[in-house]
Amino acid sequence: MSRPEHIAPPELFYNETEAQKYTSNSRIASVQAEMAFRAIELLCLPEDKSCLLLDIGCGSGLSGEVLEEEGHTWVGLDISPSMLEIARDREVEGDLMLQDVGQGLGFRPGTFEGAISISVLQWLCNADSKTNIPKARLMRFFTTLYSCLVNGSRAVFQFYPENDDQLDLIMGCATRCGFTGGLVIDYPNSKKAKKFYLCLFAGQGQGAKPQLPQGLGTDETADPQGAQFSQTRNRTRGPKGGPRVSVKDKHWIMRKKDAARTRGETVANDSKYTGRKRRVKF
Amino acid sequence: MRLLTHNMLQCHVKSCNDPALNFPLQFQEVELEQIEAEENEALLLNLVGKIDWPALVQTTSELGITGLPPTKPDVVKNDPALMKRLHEILLETNVAQGKMVCRGCGHSYPIKDGIPNMLLAEHEI
Repeated sequence: MSRPEHIAPPELFYNETEAQKYTSNSRIASVQAEMAFRAIELLCLPEDKSCLLLDIGCGSGLSGEVLEEEGHTWVGLDISPSMLEIARDREVEGDLMLQDVGQGLGFRPGTFEGAISISVLQWLCNADSKTNIPKARLMRFFTTLYSCLVNGSRAVFQFYPENDDQLDLIMGCATRCGFTGGLVIDYPNSKKAKKFYLCLFAGQGQGAKPQLPQGLGTDETADPQGAQFSQTRNRTRGPKGGPRVSVKDKHWIMRKKDAARTRGETVANDSKYTGRKRRVKF
Repeated sequence: MRLLTHNMLQCHVKSCNDPALNFPLQFQEVELEQIEAEENEALLLNLVGKIDWPALVQTTSELGITGLPPTKPDVVKNDPALMKRLHEILLETNVAQGKMVCRGCGHSYPIKDGIPNMLLAEHEI
């Protein structure tokens, strides 16, 4: 599959025609809405509370509409002017801003109760110009994001990592900026439905330590073809799982000899040497 | 852009980090626009908790908007007139054109068709 971030930088790639195509395509719209919905679910916002959320890379406002439906207020950032123009024409409720998130976010500390971002992070790994250093941009982005989030809130990023190195880079930067949390993978066994959600916690807030949510389609019952393990093999191990203990120890030998005596066979006498190992001889 | 969002924005030029100067951004040559929004008491109360009141008063007085007490009232909830005024100011007043200028570094963020341009030049990152 071709990756749009290999073609051109985002502000140029999403030009008027591409932005129009992106928004009018019903398949893209439904996929975006679905991912936005899942991202909100992963945010674990308090119920029945309308929150102020940040939509990083809001594009034409497809994900913002889902936020509106859930009763939240949002502020959207995007780097493509054409996308924002379409969003404005569609009269989305959130405020829009033309911003390169790699340059940092300009918000007061503790402003937002959560942040979502759909298909954006992989764009930040581009080195489009000489001054564009992916690691520095990611660090600046995550640092400023951390500060503008309320303590104890979450940020959920759906993205398409290109390879493991990219994944390591992004998660490493997020961790260094103080975020905890990790990756939630939905439908890891499916090629098409597999989705990566980076679920980050900005601080602990009050209450218990936040738990990373479970990805969808990961429980074993969902995969009926694979073999089910009912029990583990019971190996005879020594104390503390050490090397195997010989089955034919002194007790076993004595039992066998008793059995042979009852059958009337000639059996050697028992002594203190019975069942003992012979000295090693060269 | 609503005035609510302006109250959350500060200058993000990297070298400009004096908290006394990089917030609030000063409006210049603005065109205001009133866009009706749905009233939502719970949301408004949540937002009032986040608002930097002195900055809001300063901005509104610069824009010639009146009707706000100079200090933050302790209880906003029991004052329906103030709630209505806050709703009008924070959620319905939009800046359509103009620019925002940082008092610290002097960077100017232009606003076009209600969308502020927050992009920075290379030397400001």
